[in-house]
Amino acid sequence: MATFPAQLKYSREHEWVDGSSPAAIGITALAADALGDVVYLELPEVGAVIEAGAVVGEIESTKSVSELYSPVSGTVVEVNQAAIDDPAVVNSDPYGAGWLLKVDVVSTGELLDADEYARHAE
Amino acid sequence: MSNIKSTPLEAEHRAAGATLTEFGGWNMPLRYTSDLAEHRAVREAAGLFDLSHMGEIHLEGTGAAAALDHALVGSASGIAVGRARYSMLCAADGTVLDDLIVYRLADHHFLVVANAGNTAVVLRELAERVRNHAALVTDRTATTALVAIQGPRAEQITAALVTEPDTLRALRYYAAAPLMLTTGVGVLVARTGYTGEDGFEVFVPAEHARTLWHSALAAGEPHGLVRAGLAARDSLRLEAGMPLYGHELDATTTPFDAGLGRVVRFDKTDERGAPIDFVGRAALAARRDAAPERVLVGLRAQGRRSARAGYDVVTDGGARVGTVTSAAPSPTLGCPIALAYVLPDVAAEGTALAVDVRGRAEPFTVVPLPFYRRATA
Repeated sequence: MATFPAQLKYSREHEWVDGSSPAAIGITALAADALGDVVYLELPEVGAVIEAGAVVGEIESTKSVSELYSPVSGTVVEVNQAAIDDPAVVNSDPYGAGWLLKVDVVSTGELLDADEYARHAE
Repeated sequence: MSNIKSTPLEAEHRAAGATLTEFGGWNMPLRYTSDLAEHRAVREAAGLFDLSHMGEIHLEGTGAAAALDHALVGSASGIAVGRARYSMLCAADGTVLDDLIVYRLADHHFLVVANAGNTAVVLRELAERVRNHAALVTDRTATTALVAIQGPRAEQITAALVTEPDTLRALRYYAAAPLMLTTGVGVLVARTGYTGEDGFEVFVPAEHARTLWHSALAAGEPHGLVRAGLAARDSLRLEAGMPLYGHELDATTTPFDAGLGRVVRFDKTDERGAPIDFVGRAALAARRDAAPERVLVGLRAQGRRSARAGYDVVTDGGARVGTVTSAAPSPTLGCPIALAYVLPDVAAEGTALAVDVRGRAEPFTVVPLPFYRRATA
């Protein structure tokens, strides 16, 4: 069974969110591996109001494309321009430099802890 | 699911951490580490591919050449011993059942290499079509492994694996020779490939595949050779503008639709000089003489969002004028590229079109094929 950082929470759609304020959001290593090399990110604008469970962007790899679902509701306060410029960082460091959005969280969707997510991902 | 086949190298792929995927009825490595790194290694150094899923069908007998002249659209009798040709097996209505490489190993011995997913169809059709010819059809897919070494360093690497490196270096493109590995195993080495680079394909008895795989890795390491999976193979062939059965070619497509009418040899004749009535001839002749309904073109994106197979090609006004058959972000060109069938009146180079990428029209331009051509020395 794969392991996932214990300090993060996870959506069933393979996004992670940290507990800070504003909260950082990204995709899990499992999702990044399944996609293959990420080559293009389409992310919401700063100021966008997003809803938990809604599609807020696209993650495109050499072989496929996947939608980015927001694990939280709130307002986007920052997008990772460095990741947009060089999306390979989503594969190489999905929980660190490969973060995608920072959001002022109003509420969250249903989130899993690391163990629950690992079981879900199996 | 239970009858998915394994190549003799599957354990090596698993040990190397490959992501495996089902392709053409076989469990194949999709990628080992990174599609992009594997793609770039083939363009810049070399890649090692397991292609053991490909079908190897042998035709032997004094009637083998005549049998293939009847069965395929190309001319088998016109292939010199030791050379290979790209050809197609068509149905009576002219549509493509498979695209193939035909190697002439001896006067009366041909090797037909078929796509994995079509091997059963090719075998069945060849067996049927060679009746009344002195030729024996044998499927040796299960006992033959196929390992490809592709890239600018492929010659140096492959030459180190055989006892007669000069013979290997002297091989021309689309030529093949029986050679011996330094391990004492007899193989067929062909200067063929599906990547747009120089390279070799080595047909080896299945029981010796692992040894060859590890020798190639060891010989290639100083040259930057890496294992490469089907994801890289697909993006490499797309850049090289090469068709993939199931995408650009299928049982609704004729060779002319795909811009490959040159493989159909209406001029081939039998020993007495009479035209050969090969399967599909009448339908293909009619298709050759008719105005095309659609044309296969290359498209290059202006933006960064990639098209995908099956997406609609549209005009400025939103009218649907075609369908994407293959597409990917091109690692070498640095922008998305696509192959698409479009109406003839929008097929000219430079035509501005768009692809409906999940509801948004992304601008693409018709460009000449191939997208990528290697610099030749």
